[in-house]
Formats: sequence, structure tokens, C-alpha cells
Amino acid sequence: MTMNPNLDVYAARMLPEEEYFAPGHRACLGCGPVITLKLVMKALGPRTIVSEATGCMEIVSSTYPQTAWGVPWIHVAFETAASVAAGVEAGIKALQRKGRYPDSGRITIIAIAGDGGTADIGIQALSGALERGHDFIYLCYDNEAYMNTGVQRSSQTPYGSWTTTSPFGAKSIGQKTRKKNMPSIAAAHNIPYVATACPSYPFDLFEKVRKAKAIIGPKYLHIYSPCPTGWRIEPNQTIQIGRLAVESNIFPLYEVENGVWRLTHKPQNPRPVSEYLRAQRRFSHLSEDDLAAIQRMTDDDYQKLLNMEKATQPSAVKTASPKKATAKIARSSGKGGRK
Amino acid sequence: MARRVGIEVSLAVSEAVRVCDVDVISAYPITPQTHIVEKLSEMVAEGELDAEFIMVESEQTAMAACCGASATGARCFTSTASQGLQLMSEIVFITSAMRLPIVMAVANRALSGPLNIWGDHSDVMANRDCGWIQIFVENGQEAHDNIFVAFRAAEDPRVILPVMVNLDGFSLTHVIEPIILLDKEDLGDYLPPYKPVVRLDPANPVSMGPASTPGMYTEAKKALEDKLRGSKKVLEEAWSDFGKRFGRHYRAIETYKTDDADTILITMGGLSGSAQAAVDQMRAKGEKAGLVKIRLFRPFPLDDFLEAVRNARILAVCDRAISTGGMGGPVYVEIKAALYGRPDAPYVAGFIYGLGGRDVRVNDFEKIVQKARVQANTEIPQPYEIIGLKE
Repeated sequence: MTMNPNLDVYAARMLPEEEYFAPGHRACLGCGPVITLKLVMKALGPRTIVSEATGCMEIVSSTYPQTAWGVPWIHVAFETAASVAAGVEAGIKALQRKGRYPDSGRITIIAIAGDGGTADIGIQALSGALERGHDFIYLCYDNEAYMNTGVQRSSQTPYGSWTTTSPFGAKSIGQKTRKKNMPSIAAAHNIPYVATACPSYPFDLFEKVRKAKAIIGPKYLHIYSPCPTGWRIEPNQTIQIGRLAVESNIFPLYEVENGVWRLTHKPQNPRPVSEYLRAQRRFSHLSEDDLAAIQRMTDDDYQKLLNMEKATQPSAVKTASPKKATAKIARSSGKGGRK
Repeated sequence: MARRVGIEVSLAVSEAVRVCDVDVISAYPITPQTHIVEKLSEMVAEGELDAEFIMVESEQTAMAACCGASATGARCFTSTASQGLQLMSEIVFITSAMRLPIVMAVANRALSGPLNIWGDHSDVMANRDCGWIQIFVENGQEAHDNIFVAFRAAEDPRVILPVMVNLDGFSLTHVIEPIILLDKEDLGDYLPPYKPVVRLDPANPVSMGPASTPGMYTEAKKALEDKLRGSKKVLEEAWSDFGKRFGRHYRAIETYKTDDADTILITMGGLSGSAQAAVDQMRAKGEKAGLVKIRLFRPFPLDDFLEAVRNARILAVCDRAISTGGMGGPVYVEIKAALYGRPDAPYVAGFIYGLGGRDVRVNDFEKIVQKARVQANTEIPQPYEIIGLKE
């Protein structure tokens, strides 16, 4: 198929030159998560400690005796990105208070995991860390399946997608379930900041990471990171596919700041989801009816987001008492739901 | 100054942790460990202990958070038991491989199923090969004292390994004993502040916990094995210095009336006291019985053990865990392996007792000695026997 040339535009050269996730790692050609981490680390800078889950980005970056990390980095197990980060935060807090840590300033702590490490095996540790209010950023690089073990389905694998454990066949469409909504789950913990991003929109991503860094408390970033190997696309399509995901509203870019939902990019004329789906061989088995069904789901989900934005915008909650504000939110969101 | 008080053993453990001035505690409630962390959270709330207390959502997170905190150079403590130890088991093995000197009190308890909250050693034995230093204490005083010893050995630059202090659930954790509690003034410089060899610090970036290939894994495991074995010398120094300063002496292997003993009981943990009383009873009847208590299970103090049993004809090894489908209890199998092929090795009889809190009395140890003697005189060696099994 032919791509609109606009989808190939990628102007990340205006970002800082310093690399804290260095080239020379062992990732596949065109790896989306690598672009994500490269940009995120540029935004965070050197005063950062990384707690990483087992997974693609851990394996490709850390195999002894080499490391791609230019900042302190720790890996313990698959499900422990958030819990280890919580310990790092508590350790530094205690040691700084007692004057026994060499650095007395604020250090950014970031937990990094893939979609399986976040939404499946790590969700309990993540929820615990968000609920306890540690001052850290949690980053999920979502490539929609267990890619490190060879493309198995996760709870982030989208409806209809082929994976090795959600194969399509005479009695199966492939993945039978819809993506678990992780940003909403994170936001339900009443944390100060939740955002979605995609490295195809580097400035939007950069701004959100910078914002997360400045906010004290738990922050959750869900970053859409295409995987050419698992999605069955060409390595030079990573940026295009990310753009198509956003421009078709499959993966909307938004943020939730102190309970206020805001779409940071609203496609004026959304592209049909078929354009996004047909570009990837993991969806090549889907029928026209299937595509139509996914279009409806996508439209519904996008409308829900618009409703949340409307319901939580500051003008909708400018009442005197917090109690009334809550009531107003509930009413507005109810109205939106009936549209 | 040190004071002798009647105190629940769990709380005496908490007191020791407070005096060690730990920086981070991360724990999850599980019976019969809860009193230890309840008391610690109270101490933090009252400002008696300047630490971050992370009340986590699972034991797996408890240990993972300790790993993160320890990696920053913080002195870390946690405590668990039974299912909790099993849930954190994955991280327990990684902790030693990453050389993080965390101290954990394990209130030893049976493993489900069926669910059972009472004491035995199933939990720690399922984690036998985790690469931690493993100490078993017999009473409250030992529990209190060995927390100091544990931190001192764990953080020694020659060791840098995690330490498990095992104390029997309920029969030890929940009893009130007269215990001499040390305070900071007594402790003096016995336990210097922890100075990490490497730590997570933006000024000196390091990568901790990297992946390894077949070309490196064996060497990593051998390095851990060497460090764990080498830790015995440092533990002995720590016990010896403790004895000099505070007058209570501990060794890897304790012996009781073994010099001329024909039959020696081998025990670990809180039932050793009953075994000692049984030895006295048997001695009063003119029987040459003795007792060896294994205080240090990992690294296994082979030379000390061989020395302790060198005059015995029969050993009666008592296990509080069953190795289902195996060759006997884990300690029994270990000792048989240690003695096999050695000239004049004693006969080794294996007994499993006290599972899931099943009561073991002084007289039971007499029965064990008698059974061991009968076994030793039969031509075909018997498999292990379960004591007190209902027919």
C-alpha cells in the first residue's frame, strides 16, 4: 500500500544530543521501544535511576559484560519494575534524611516495563506502588504482546490480532479480547499524572516526560511502541505505523493531570482503522466485517475519551466545594455516555 | 545499658532491628511473623526508629523493594514465613546473586496444603539452595543476638550476602522469655554503618542485575558459591567478637555431651532445647547420649560437624520438613551425603517430626534414640521414619 508522505516525517533532531540509552544494544532493526527509551532518557537526563523489568529492553541493553545504560540501572525480575523502583525511592529518601547518600538533590526514579510486565504479571506491584504514592515515573512500552519470548498474546494485544498464542483459524479470529485499559486503571489510583504517548510524535512525548519528571508523586506513562518483528511490518515502517495508530484514533494521545483528562492531539480527519490494520500482517486475516467491527470499537473508545475530557475540564468542576465538583463530574460523564 | 526483660521473642527481634538502625523495612503480614513487623511499624510511627517502612501488597514486592533499597546502600530488613517465603522465593534467589546484604527473619511455618499456620521447616527447606546465609536459632536470646550478627556478617566487604535468621513459628516467635536486650550504647562499634561497595548513584552509574549468557552463568554461580562458603569465617569472627563483648558465645555447630556419646541427636531450631533435656534424662539413666545442634545450615559447616560427631557410633537426625518422594528429610540426606565413604562413619538414622506444629516432647527424643539404635543393629538399613504419626 502507499503511505501518505506526511506519515514519514520525523523531526527528532531538535532534541538534546546526549544519549543515556546508548546505541550498540542488541535490539531488532526498527525497534519501537528503543526509540521510546532513547527519547525518554533524553528528556529525563543524567540524574535518573532506572528500574527495569525483564523483557526485550532489559535483554538487549544489559547482557553482561556490556550495558547500554548511561545512568544507574537495576533489574531484578519480570514483575518487579515498580516494586524495585519503590525500594530505590525509599532507600534514597531514608539515606538522604540520615545524611548517608552522596547526592542530596531530587533524583528521578523511573520504572520501565513492557506491556506484559505492566498489565499482566506486574500489575499488582504497579498498583501497590501507585497506591502508596512513591515519587517515581512508571513507563510501559506497549508493543502489544510478549515479544521477548516470541510474540505471545498479552492483555494489551488488540482484538483480532494474530500472535503465536492467539492464532487465527477456523474457530478463532485471533485475539478474542480487547485491550485492558491501563491508563484508566492507573488514573483510577488518583495519581497526579497519567499520559499516553508514541515516539512517532517525539515532541509530544518529550513534553509529557518532562512534565512527569517535574511532578512529585507517582506518574504513569503508556507509550505505544511498534514492534516490526511481532507486528509483521518492515523495520522502516515503525514511525509510520505509530502515526497511523494515532491518526486513526486506535491509540489516542492524551493526558490525565490531577484528574483532568485532555487529548493532546485530535486528528482533524481521522483515518479509517483499516488503513492501520491492513498495513500489518498480524491483522492480515481479518475480514471486512472484522475491520468494520474494530472501527466501531475505536469510535466508541474515542468518544468515551472526549466525554472524559469534557466531563473533567476545569470549567466543569469550578464549584466551591469538592463534593459538588464530584457530583458535577458524574453528571457530565453520564450525559456524554448517552450521546 | 543492656537490660534483662520478659519479652515476646518476636518483639525482641524487632528491638534488635531497631538498635541496628535499619534504613528501610518492607514487609507484608503473615502469621506467625506479624508481631515482628507490627512492632517495627510502631517504632517508626513513634520516631524510635528512623526508617522508611514500606507496607507492601505482597511478599514478592517486600523482597523486591528491599532489593531496590539495598542497591541504594540502605540497610534493609524484612520478615516473612511459609507461603510468604514461597511467594517471594523467586526474588530470594536473585537477592543473593545480586549480592544485596538484606537481613530477613523467617518465622518458620508449614507450607500449604492443607493450610496450616503452625511451625515446621518446610518453608526454609524449599528455599535451601537460595544462596543466603541461613542461621537457625534455638531461643529468644539467640534470635535477638543473631540479628546483630546477621547484619555484621552480611555487610562485611568480604561477604556482602543476605542472611536469613530462622526461628520456629509460634513455639518460639510467640513465647515470652527472659531476654537480655542490647541497646545502641552496648552495641558500640560492633556494627559499623553499612558502606556499600557499589550503589545506585547518578554520579557513578552502574548496571545492576544484568542478563548473562551460557558463557558467564557458571562463573557467576561459582563466584556466589565461593562467597557463601567463605562467609563462614566472617560469621565466626562476628560470633567470636559478640561473645567477647557481650558474654554470649555462639558457634556454627553446638555440641552437648558428645565427647563420649554413643548416639548423638542432630537437631536444628527451637526443638533443640527439648532434645537437650532428653539427653540429660538419658544420661541420668546411664545412657551415653549426646546432642549436636546445627546453628549454621548454609554454608554447611562440614568440618565442625565431622569433628562434633567423630566419636559417635549412631546419629539420629531430626528433620522438621519432609522431602516428599525423596530419600528422607533434607538435613538427614545432607548428613548422609557428608559422611558417605568416610572411614568409620557412624550409622545415620533419619526421623521426621514436628510437622505443621505437631507437638514433640522430651520423651519423644528418647524414643528416637532407641529407634536409631534398633535400626543400627539391623542388617538392612531402614528408610526414614515419621515420629508421632497417627495410625
